[in-house]
Amino acid sequence: MDQQARRGGDGLPGAGGDERGRAVETVIRARSLVKRYGDFTAVDGIDLDVPPGESFGLLGPNGAGKSSTMRMIGGVSRRTSGELTVLGLDPDVDGPAVRAGLGVVPQDDTLDSELTVRDNLRVYGRYFGLSRAECRERAERLLAFAHLEERAGAKVEEISGGMRRRLTIARALISDPHVLLLDEPTTGLDPQARNLLWDRLFRLKEQGTTLILTTHYMDEAEQLCDRIVVVDQGRIMAEGSPAQLIREHVSREVVELRFGREHNAEVARRIEGVGDRVEVLVDRVVVFADDGEAVLEHVAREGLHPVTSLVRRASLEDVFLRLTGRSLIE
Amino acid sequence: MSAPVDDVANAGPRGSAGRSRALPTADELRAQGARVERWGSWYAAEHMLLTLRAWFFSVLIAGLGSPILYLLAMGLGLATLIDSDAAQGPHGPVPYVQFLAPALLATAVLQAAFEECSFPVMGGFKWRLHFWALHATPVNPRQIATGAAVTASARMLMNAVLFYAVMLVFGVVPDLATGWLTMVAGMLGGWAFGLPVMAYTATLRDDAGQLTVLMRCVFTPMFLFSGTFYPLAATPVWLQPIGWVSPLWHASELGRAASYGTTDPGWLVALRLGYLVALGGLGLWLARRAFVRRMAL
Repeated sequence: MDQQARRGGDGLPGAGGDERGRAVETVIRARSLVKRYGDFTAVDGIDLDVPPGESFGLLGPNGAGKSSTMRMIGGVSRRTSGELTVLGLDPDVDGPAVRAGLGVVPQDDTLDSELTVRDNLRVYGRYFGLSRAECRERAERLLAFAHLEERAGAKVEEISGGMRRRLTIARALISDPHVLLLDEPTTGLDPQARNLLWDRLFRLKEQGTTLILTTHYMDEAEQLCDRIVVVDQGRIMAEGSPAQLIREHVSREVVELRFGREHNAEVARRIEGVGDRVEVLVDRVVVFADDGEAVLEHVAREGLHPVTSLVRRASLEDVFLRLTGRSLIE
Repeated sequence: MSAPVDDVANAGPRGSAGRSRALPTADELRAQGARVERWGSWYAAEHMLLTLRAWFFSVLIAGLGSPILYLLAMGLGLATLIDSDAAQGPHGPVPYVQFLAPALLATAVLQAAFEECSFPVMGGFKWRLHFWALHATPVNPRQIATGAAVTASARMLMNAVLFYAVMLVFGVVPDLATGWLTMVAGMLGGWAFGLPVMAYTATLRDDAGQLTVLMRCVFTPMFLFSGTFYPLAATPVWLQPIGWVSPLWHASELGRAASYGTTDPGWLVALRLGYLVALGGLGLWLARRAFVRRMAL
């Protein structure tokens, strides 16, 4: 909101809108957010601003601090230092109120295996203070949304992993939240199940739900996110839209060369200087270049014969590789 | 920011109208949070009772079958071998089966308390993980603990009522006016034993057999040496302290007082009541604290 509105308000110009009455304009705002567990610093000074309706991704390898950040946002873990407001409230002060406004899809499967698909939804709604009639009605609608009508009476342990994941998302939506937190939503799913899940998430996004997700899958981030921060070791390495990140941090094309584990490092030395940059991974040599074919020709002229070679468009995976010198999934 | 306020009931997969709805205000969220702060324990209990429903018939059958078997075997079978009077009530000697029944009721309730306060709590954190799912909602860990305690109480009550019904059928309750208080004594004993068990279970990160050890090395000796089958005074003096600290002994003695009266002085009855209430209260306090410590990382 503009300055006048703030001045005219009750004198509490909170970061993302004022404390009462008016709706907030920033869903999440973090400044120098830190989380330590003993000596270990999981989150090391992160700044975030997420406006309503955005699909926002935290991208990074396992242990980067994504889940710790999500837990602080979700109001189930206290921050060590820094500022954090979620829906205009401090989760350490107004935990129940913050949790009332969020839908959470945790990384672990926390569905109640002793209840049916339908009862999982109904029971969960009660925790948000909804009446039984409301829970019943919403459960039916969400069963349809998650394509689970036919399995509504089945026990949770009888349904597939993809269905369980969709049910978890449906469960998170029972309170009709404005903000959905998704921690690794498609980890462990087969491609078909992932696509169906992405489709559902895309529909939510179209309807104005703010999505905040963590992932270590680049394609997922590219599919779903308007904006991404790349995190590594608790710090933000880069920020921007998927296209922007690729443009700013890597070349247009990427060449992957495999010479076998024992030869990669040596080959990389010999082709140093080709393209923009050469990276050696355990299983391959990666060359960033604007013209991939030219790199291949150069390699052939050097008398090198890779077991396999591949020229492809640069992706977020490469952004991560370029920023950290490491692969995302190790 | 003057987007149309959506129909609140229009959940999840909203129509195209939901394209740009207003975010909730702090006050709205706080009001919702406050509602859950008031009723959250009950929501948790409601949820856990729903799962208990699946076990209803097995609890019913075991809850009826076990007292019938015990009263037949011990009360009618074993009792024929016992010449001396087991106890003296205010109106003279008490038949063995009348002496035994209130203690067996208390035992049944304590066992139910143990069953509900141990593995289901471990499971909530470790296997079924549903406690963590609740943690993401506005309810707090204290309310989850209270909900689990209410659920355990429901199961205990069911066992108490079933046992008492069997006692009535067997005709082993001399004083019907106060006899029903046997169930209350059993419940107090169940809380005094079960709630500390719940507190302990909530601190366990892994099940390395601690709960089984607890059953065998705490519950079983307590069952054997708490004046269940014979008066505590009949055991050697050096074994009697087990009875003094045992919730089962106090619950059994209170149950006997309710069933056929007592020669105990009033202060002793009050002391037993106070001890059970204190132990149960402490257990609940510790359990709620353990849930908070476990979940607030």
